[in-house]
Amino acid sequence: MTDNKPETAQIFGKGSNQVVWLTIILGLAGVAGAGALLFIIDRGPLHTNQGVYVNQDVPFSHDHHTEGLGLDCRYCHTSVEDSAFAGIPPTATCMNCHKTVWANTEMLEPVRDSWQTGQPLEWNRVNDLPDFVYFNHSIHVSSGVGCESCHGPVNEMPLVYQEHSLQMRWCLECHRSPEDFVRPKDEVFNLDWEPSDEGMSQKELGKKLVAEYGLEPKQNCSTCHR
Amino acid sequence: MTLRDVDVHNRENLGKPDFIAQDEDPGSITETISGVIFGKTYLWWITAMGLSFGLLSIGMVGFVWLLAKGVGVWGIQVPNAWGFAIVNFVWWIGIGHAGTLISAILLLMRQEWRTSINRFAEAMTLFAVACAGLFPVFHTGRPWLAYWMLPLPNTMRVWPQFRSPLIWDVFAVSTYATISLVFWYVGLVPDLAALRDRAKTLLSRRIYGIAALGWRGAADHWHNYEKAYLLLAGLSTPLVLSVHSVISFDFAVSQLPGWHATIFPPYFVAGAVYAGFAMVLTLMIPLRAIFNLHAYITERHLENMGKVMLVTGLIVGWGYATELFMAWYSGNIFERFMMYNRIFGPYWMAYWGLILCNILVPQIMWSKRCRTNAFWLFFASQFVNVGMWLERYVIVITSLTRDFLVGSWGTYHGTIWDWAVYLGTFGLFLSLIFLFIRILPALSMTELKMISPEGKKTGH
Repeated sequence: MTDNKPETAQIFGKGSNQVVWLTIILGLAGVAGAGALLFIIDRGPLHTNQGVYVNQDVPFSHDHHTEGLGLDCRYCHTSVEDSAFAGIPPTATCMNCHKTVWANTEMLEPVRDSWQTGQPLEWNRVNDLPDFVYFNHSIHVSSGVGCESCHGPVNEMPLVYQEHSLQMRWCLECHRSPEDFVRPKDEVFNLDWEPSDEGMSQKELGKKLVAEYGLEPKQNCSTCHR
Repeated sequence: MTLRDVDVHNRENLGKPDFIAQDEDPGSITETISGVIFGKTYLWWITAMGLSFGLLSIGMVGFVWLLAKGVGVWGIQVPNAWGFAIVNFVWWIGIGHAGTLISAILLLMRQEWRTSINRFAEAMTLFAVACAGLFPVFHTGRPWLAYWMLPLPNTMRVWPQFRSPLIWDVFAVSTYATISLVFWYVGLVPDLAALRDRAKTLLSRRIYGIAALGWRGAADHWHNYEKAYLLLAGLSTPLVLSVHSVISFDFAVSQLPGWHATIFPPYFVAGAVYAGFAMVLTLMIPLRAIFNLHAYITERHLENMGKVMLVTGLIVGWGYATELFMAWYSGNIFERFMMYNRIFGPYWMAYWGLILCNILVPQIMWSKRCRTNAFWLFFASQFVNVGMWLERYVIVITSLTRDFLVGSWGTYHGTIWDWAVYLGTFGLFLSLIFLFIRILPALSMTELKMISPEGKKTGH
């Protein structure tokens, strides 16, 4: 051994092998753990907001107005049958009733302000698709996709939350097998409709309706990503 | 078969000059090769590394600008959406093939002369694949989403399009990169142990020691090492043929005139080996001169590489001839126009350039004087390097800019950012090469000892 070499032949301490094994095991566990974490977060409300109530300046209750008072979805969401966007009602729609009903309550103060100033109410969006997705309400409504199939039991929601993940796999679930979800066209706005109301299982009814309505949901990339 | 058998075979193969100077013994081999690593840092190395890093910096500016502005800063535009990105990708991947051929196929074919050049050629393979990989990733425009090319579980309920050769590419190239890395590393282990034992500071001894994976040179270590090395050689061998075949499918599976040809896989593989050997010579000839490695990289090595270039170059020439013949023989007006357009169309300079570089100039390899002369080999290699790039340019650009419908014709030119990024990959490649020769043994000490006169007597 020449002079310029370290004195000891041992360059590693006695625990070195264990450190190596530990590094390998922890490294693999770390990679697997990070993968599992991403997998879980990607599918949960942390990422999708699924099932999270969204607060609004005016605590409008869909439950009270539809289930309680019997309003139809289309009383407020007027353009749902003819356009891509279902429509958010102008303050005037609220004031049709609230000029006289609960006309002085504190809760409705922002609505009256909006009515007087002409400044529209600002609602916080609940079901928000990414901007790179083209979605059209009218084609779905006129193909026999019920409001409830995507939005859930809005008639039982005091504050609205997002019922589904809105992830692409969820869209494709229906686009690949529409028979599992389609309903008679005149039941689209009936949020309490059940397939058993027609005396059939969803599968039987769905197959019949898909044939009857000639449904061919598209799965091309450019159908939604235009 | 073991590495020892390779030696035995070669010992019987007397009467030819050896692939190593006869006055070399194991001590002198270690001394010379590790001397490159533990010797002082030469001014030329610092200069060369600085220049390479400068080139790399140009590339980094190019990539940052690309990320800031989008792929539009490149010259790509419909109908030519591929452009430099794919030309450079195919070119770099092709270069890597020489490394795998030298390490794997020549090992299995008991070509002793591979021993002096395999380590370096394998390193070159890895670095070339790294450069190649950058292009498709940045060509996506959103490199942070490049993992979408992998079939990972996702919330979109879609998989990559398995019927597309582009996804076959992902598998071919990632397999190639992985196997090449493992093969290279396994071959390095005994040398890393030698470096561990010669390093001067405790820190460098520890770093080389960790990398050497506890190698002590015990008999069972050698036994496992030789098994693993041969198995990996066996695994790598089909890759030499498969990787560039799959890359040629990117073109051949489409229906564009000039791409839709069954000659593509063999012709691409030959071109890849051709380009790879040109690059090995390009790097090896200066390295040999600078570090005075004439004892290990002899004229016979140079001559053999020259022969491989000549043969693969002729196969490539056969490929060009077949393209010409098939264009005429097919009787298809689109095929005929494609060939006419290549030769006389707007990109005629690229076509004639590639004929000059790939077909005409390398014919000097027929002469033994040129094959054994470092200058002429270097000269021919430079033409092949350029020619193989032009070949891919001609294939990608002429077919895309002149397809079936005149209404969809266009023109293509690389922009300054295309060139910046291309130069940048040169910088990356050369920086990695210079780092490699400074911190790892560029020639395999282990295998050189096996073919040295003393090694042949005693084994390792």
